[in-house]
Amino acid sequence: MSKFDSKVPAGALADKWTQYKSEVPLVSPNNKRKLDVIIVGTGLAGASAAATLAELGYNVKAFCFQDSPRRAHSIAAQGGINAAKNYQNDGDSNYRLFYDTIKGGDYRSRESNVHRLAEVSASIIDQCVAQGVPFARDYGGLLTNRSFGGVLVSRTFYARGQTGQQLLIGAYSALSRQIASGRVKMYNRHEMLDVVKINGEAKGIITRNLINGKIERHGGHAVLLCTGGYGNVFFLSTNAMGSNVTAAWKAYKKGAYFANPCFTQIHPTCIPVSGHNQSKLTLMSESLRNDGRVWVPKRKEDCGKHPSEIAEEDRDYYLERIYPSFGNLVPRDVASRAALYVTNEGRGVGKTGVAVYLDFSRAIKEQGKNRIEEKYGNLFEMYQRITDENPYEVPMRIFPAVHYTMGGLWVDYELSTSVPGLYALGEANFSDHGANRLGASALMQGLADGYFVIPYTVGNYLSKKISDPKVDINHAAFDEAENAVRASLDKLININGSRTVDDFHKKLGKIMWEKVGMSRNGEGLRWAISEIQKLRKEFWEDVRVPGTKDSKNQELEKAGRVADFLELGELMARDALAREESAGGHFREEYRTEEGEAKRNDEDFTHVAAWEYTGDNQEPIRNVEELVFENVELKTRSYK
Amino acid sequence: MKLTLNIWRQASTNASGSMQAYKLDGVDEDMSFLEMMDMLNEQIIRDGGEPVEFDHDCREGICGMCSLYINGQPHGPSNLTTTCQLHMRSFQDGDTIDIEPWRASAFPVVKDLVVDRSAFDRIIQAGGYISVNTGNAVDANAVPVEKKTADEAFDAAACIGCGACVAACKNASAALFVSAKVSHLALLPQGDAERKSRVLKMLDQMDEEGFGSCTNTGACEAECPKGISITNIARMNREYMSASIFGEK
Ligand SMILES: Cc1cc2nc3c(=O)[nH]c(=O)nc-3n(C[C@H](O)[C@H](O)[C@H](O)COP(=O)(O)OP(=O)(O)OC[C@H]3O[C@@H](n4cnc5c(N)ncnc54)[C@H](O)[C@@H]3O)c2cc1C
Ligand code: FES
Repeated sequence: MSKFDSKVPAGALADKWTQYKSEVPLVSPNNKRKLDVIIVGTGLAGASAAATLAELGYNVKAFCFQDSPRRAHSIAAQGGINAAKNYQNDGDSNYRLFYDTIKGGDYRSRESNVHRLAEVSASIIDQCVAQGVPFARDYGGLLTNRSFGGVLVSRTFYARGQTGQQLLIGAYSALSRQIASGRVKMYNRHEMLDVVKINGEAKGIITRNLINGKIERHGGHAVLLCTGGYGNVFFLSTNAMGSNVTAAWKAYKKGAYFANPCFTQIHPTCIPVSGHNQSKLTLMSESLRNDGRVWVPKRKEDCGKHPSEIAEEDRDYYLERIYPSFGNLVPRDVASRAALYVTNEGRGVGKTGVAVYLDFSRAIKEQGKNRIEEKYGNLFEMYQRITDENPYEVPMRIFPAVHYTMGGLWVDYELSTSVPGLYALGEANFSDHGANRLGASALMQGLADGYFVIPYTVGNYLSKKISDPKVDINHAAFDEAENAVRASLDKLININGSRTVDDFHKKLGKIMWEKVGMSRNGEGLRWAISEIQKLRKEFWEDVRVPGTKDSKNQELEKAGRVADFLELGELMARDALAREESAGGHFREEYRTEEGEAKRNDEDFTHVAAWEYTGDNQEPIRNVEELVFENVELKTRSYK
Repeated sequence: MKLTLNIWRQASTNASGSMQAYKLDGVDEDMSFLEMMDMLNEQIIRDGGEPVEFDHDCREGICGMCSLYINGQPHGPSNLTTTCQLHMRSFQDGDTIDIEPWRASAFPVVKDLVVDRSAFDRIIQAGGYISVNTGNAVDANAVPVEKKTADEAFDAAACIGCGACVAACKNASAALFVSAKVSHLALLPQGDAERKSRVLKMLDQMDEEGFGSCTNTGACEAECPKGISITNIARMNREYMSASIFGEK
């Protein structure tokens, strides 16, 4: 299968990246000036890539749909960013970060990519501090760390509960400097609606200016998609409202493979759903599990009582009980499922009965309220603002919610998709987290991809393009792509049906959450596939999109995104159905151990499923990339 | 709850706008303000109208995208709260609520409640950064930073760039926004090398964008959803004085 060359360099695991960097062809500075790079998305991955490529001398055009690159979804990350600095002298190393990530991902990621991630992690922290990112420090003025789920060392750097904000502001300021220098042309409030391919290679994109509706063409020698994850397919998630799959989905339809779409992460500590008008869910950072203890009443009868009336011996600290060695810090998938089970048993708390407690009383007693406030003050405030309850006095109520998508565009070692010239970075690709991502590793991956990986790997491709002229945006391929975009916008506006976009999105979300969510089975997945097909048909017959396509029109933006989610949802269900095992965030009820834990099938499924588009309403092809583990032994993940 | 909403409607930057009244019934007090707006929009669409455009994204109070001027206050009545974090429990059944966009000549209306805040981006581009190319950094622990200083820098860096300070100010001054960035970078040793040129360039750009001047009324601090302190403005003024005296200009 030549299509499946993952381009992993030969050599020992720890030497591959060094070797690659020393051998990769370079592009001379005056040639870089002649090369145009299109970057879609300016979250952590895109902003860091845009700034760095511009510093190197490439001409960059960058796009985002918000009114400023400073507002990308990355800004909402709270807890922190991992790096194998070993500042705590607690035995951390590149190998250990690599190993934890592979194990945490339940052995469904590529060794070489993950090791490289660990290798560059330390430089990310250096770079960010140099940019002025105000990470937490101890009284000696040095950087301090915290622990995140699934690991036994303290390697997470943080800036109160606003780490994503501070990292993004750092990347945004580096990007701003390049915008000022003229090497980056920034297009805010622009949405990419298609990839343009010429002779099999990515040569540009079609965008819609969201202010005036203008459809525009942009050509480049390479196109980087840094467009984030697709968690909003569930309607309710912790993602920002605008997060969507459109860019990745259009790439998929132009020939880029979509890998492991069913690997989604359900985060255990979110504020529970309170009503049917709810538009999004709010995460409470996982770092809270360092000091918060998760419990429910031992007896169903106690669930209606105020928590203060439930005696210590009547509380079931179920994570500490079932997983004594990791306790409240088990990985996310394990913690989420455990919460699902106790609520299914009828032991959930709160008005809806679909929540568990996260209790800080012991930590407050032992460390004092001030210390807890210092660590988590803004999270406690946020909780109180939303729920009107004071978590210093009453335990928080939490429940799992969709949070992150490990799946995404398939990429090789160079972060190239299966379409030459088209790259995917950050959450938009599938590469590093396997079936489950460890906390604080997404920020690390996004910045690793953008600051330290792509500047080398895209050079390998561009070094062969130095004599190519500027892309001709009058080429027939641009006409074709633009016409298709216009036709689909017209179609959406002209349906003029009776139901709103949100109505469809909520229905889709319900199907996904119930059947393609935390716990899945064959029957449910088959049902979901046919329901989604029906819903998609109804959407194209009955959706109502008011306004015109030639002006600012938020309903039209939403409609386009939901149209793509309605296709992606089906692919996720197909992927979940085909993967007859449980691995990480993908839990198939048919495949579990006697103790109810996830049961992998390494013999048949130690691979990446990379889906190939074959046409609308046609069955896609499931290609596989075998995963080879030479440096770790596949074990049953145990956090007991 | 039953509400009357008076909302600014304006088709585009150059069109003229006006307030329009809407009735909305069945609002729940646990809903967020923007969920109430979603509900209104669903109703408008079902009735055959065009929904009200407003900016929002994270709905967690951190991206700075939401921007409504509610009953004469940026981000509405709750302290230290962005519009997206405001909940309907702050209102009463039967209330009339006025909803307008940020008003400032440097922030032209794009449509309805959406404004153009790209002036803020241009101020940052003028100098709101530390010039360090990727790969140029020394080890992160090479330069210790006193905890107190790091915390102070963080407090300034917590600005979300929403523009409420400008909307709150009778002069439409951007001093709080600019001073937060100036302080963040001036406090840290990493930002020291460009300290003087930064404040001069950013303030020049601020003037060029047409923001008004600061007359120390403190309205910005009172309305800032992130509690950015006006001591930052004092620091910025000191930085500016010393940069000007030492002839950087
Ligand atoms: C609430 C929350 C907390 C989190 N906390 C942590 C944490 O503590 N640690 C951690 O490691 N990870 C955390 N994560 C995960 C992490 O924040 C994300 O995975 C990461 O920030 C994604 O970065 P990105 O650059 O890939 O994408 P994003 O930040 O999502 O950026 C996507 C960009 O693409 C643009 N875009 C998308 N589609 C288009 C299009 N069609 N046209 C034009 N532009 C487009 C957007 O405008 C945006 O600029 C958290 C996630 C959430 C939801
Ligand atoms: S929507 Fe992000 S701050 Fe309000």
